[in-house]
Amino acid sequence: MKTTIAHLKKGQRALIKEIPTDVIPLKLLEMGCLPGNEVQLLQTAPFSCPMYLNINGSHLAIRREVAAEIEVQIL
Amino acid sequence: MAKQIKVSLIGNPNTGKTSVFNLLTGLNQQVGNYPGITVEKKEGICKLSRGVKAHILDLPGTYSLNASSLDENVVIELLLNKKDKDFPDVAVVVTDVENLKRNLLLFTQIKDLEIPTILVINMADRMQRRGISLDIPRLEKELNTKIALVSARKKQGIDELKKMIESYASLPKSPCVDALTFAPDYFERLQQAFPNQSLYKLWLVITQDVNFRKVDKQELDISPDFQIKSESELKRLQQKETIKRYQFINNVLKQGVTVDEKAATGLRERLDRILTHKFWGYFIFFGILLLIFQAIYDWSSYPMDLIDEAFAWLSEATKSALPAGPFVDLITDGIIPGLGGIVIFIPQIAFLFLFISILEESGYMSRVVFLMDRGMRKFGLSGKSVVPLVSGTACAIPAVMATRNIESWKERLITILVVPFTTCSARLPVYLIIIALVIPDEKVGWIFGYQSLTLMFLYFLGFGAAVGAAWILNKVLKIKSKSYFVIEMPGYKVPLFKNVMINVIEKTKAFVFGAGKIILAISIILWVLASFGPNDKFDQAEEIVTATHSDLSGEELENEIVSYKLEHSFIGYAGKGIEPIVAPLGYDWKIGIGIISSFAAREVFVGTLATIYSVGSDEEETIKNRMAAEVHEKTGRPVFNFASGISLLLFYAFAMQCMSTLAIVKRETNGWRWPTIQLFFMSGLAYVVALIAYQILK
Repeated sequence: MKTTIAHLKKGQRALIKEIPTDVIPLKLLEMGCLPGNEVQLLQTAPFSCPMYLNINGSHLAIRREVAAEIEVQIL
Repeated sequence: MAKQIKVSLIGNPNTGKTSVFNLLTGLNQQVGNYPGITVEKKEGICKLSRGVKAHILDLPGTYSLNASSLDENVVIELLLNKKDKDFPDVAVVVTDVENLKRNLLLFTQIKDLEIPTILVINMADRMQRRGISLDIPRLEKELNTKIALVSARKKQGIDELKKMIESYASLPKSPCVDALTFAPDYFERLQQAFPNQSLYKLWLVITQDVNFRKVDKQELDISPDFQIKSESELKRLQQKETIKRYQFINNVLKQGVTVDEKAATGLRERLDRILTHKFWGYFIFFGILLLIFQAIYDWSSYPMDLIDEAFAWLSEATKSALPAGPFVDLITDGIIPGLGGIVIFIPQIAFLFLFISILEESGYMSRVVFLMDRGMRKFGLSGKSVVPLVSGTACAIPAVMATRNIESWKERLITILVVPFTTCSARLPVYLIIIALVIPDEKVGWIFGYQSLTLMFLYFLGFGAAVGAAWILNKVLKIKSKSYFVIEMPGYKVPLFKNVMINVIEKTKAFVFGAGKIILAISIILWVLASFGPNDKFDQAEEIVTATHSDLSGEELENEIVSYKLEHSFIGYAGKGIEPIVAPLGYDWKIGIGIISSFAAREVFVGTLATIYSVGSDEEETIKNRMAAEVHEKTGRPVFNFASGISLLLFYAFAMQCMSTLAIVKRETNGWRWPTIQLFFMSGLAYVVALIAYQILK
């Protein structure tokens, strides 16, 4: 099973490995969610959705099912 | 007229773009709409030196030139169309010093269009706290532009920016990065086909079609050979392009920006820990909501009473100052009360927008969206639906417009369709007068009165209906739409007083002039319909009544004549015509008139009843007493009894009675289909619920 952003624990950092461009909105890429960039989980709402992330210096929140598509390598 | 320099302000959301706009233009600005769409168009004039002026256009915030919404599309349509009268001589790209990396992406795209561009690095006052230092000359060289370091909060750097705008002709037009290197053959062919065009412009025109929608106005006729074969292929290419741009930006920032992490203070982290907390986050949010409701209903009652009295006085003063006649009647009984009915909502709307703009400016609203998303999704809504639903308690019109940032079309549509269920301020006058008539003014326990509890119940009912309808729509609607959700969590800021005030004034003005026109028109039409009749009975009312009521005299006779006239006026016949339909709900023909006129706007109801019942009397209190004393012609019971009152309250809680909202829904959903469904669904529901309530209670 691949590790994704959805697997991160609060405060954990990871490197983005692979992004399936078909299911990820372009907007998210443009906000810095690109392979090689660092991501950190800052906070989650109840039931872990949405997830509040720091991606490449940008603070943003995305839903869990999108987070589960982004493969990462935990640091 | 001297030539004005045309300036377009462009930038990501949350970069303080509007603060820069407010600083450049002062109060010298106007808000309109782009033709045909409801995207706000803000423009203003900025005075430069020696009589030169700049026309500043504040474009909607966008993260990139690849549009995904109507607002963002406006930016592209303008920048791709050199013939547009607003096409900029110079583009000013506003960025936030804390988010330079992301903000510069848009900048590199604008530069690629070969438009003279100035880079504004805003929020310079936060550099020290975040431990950031910039090498401006280095950045200017790498980015091939002029940079203005601005602090909109401290009003610094604006003069330098104005000077740069003035000497825009010397700005370099060439791009700062060659981002289109990922398909060399393709781009070479494209450039050969259009040797005089910027390559990026061609690329944008080709890709927008797939991104959002076809670019409307552009002079290029690109052959279909150049279309990208599939959407996934396009996205793959766009990812490559984006990576290329970020590589360039990272490189530039490495040379021109140093961040001392130790100097950075963690205000955001500390506040987020509380405000997005799984318990305290919600606790604080509901506390804030309570405060807002308190302000809207309690605090604004004082100015509202004053306005009410002022208009009553004005009406009386006009009546006594001018000679009697139909024209003066039109002014005193039609136009002045009509105007009063609009102006009285100003305090509530202003309070609501005061709070909403403070919450938005401070960055807190994004946290609310974050907290509420999960819960709202159960009902087919989005976290971003919270703002429209809260705004809806003032007025559904701005609320419907506030749905634009919801990415998923299905979630957005559902939000638009259910927002009119929330208790808008136009329902309030109706509720207040009916509650005063039929609910006893007694206290249950120590503090809560039956009347205020009823009002609160009606608010909950509105939210409940909105959420319930959303749940049903979510099950029924078969719309496939990509349900992605990205929301930026901006840093916390103390709201700028000037921005908040300008926003409050603008939104209030939009309400007064938008809804106001309709209300005023309706009240004039109503007055005309009530002042003329189709047959002799109306004109000869005096003789007929005097003959049949020979026992009456003086004021009583006057009143009898006036009500006879009303019954035989155009509107009287219309009311009689609708009576069979509304009778099962417990209403008589006069309430029927009120309901007919309310289909234009709910708040007209009270005005209409006032017109109908006020005849012959002047004071507010008498109108209420008259309504209370009104006896049903057939049943012999008071017209406003408990059963009919509750039925009326429920009818107004559910019915779709607002032409302006329907008009805005038509524009936002691009057709009459959804507003029509909305009208029949809501009004049908209202009829059934009111019918059941009356039949049980009577």
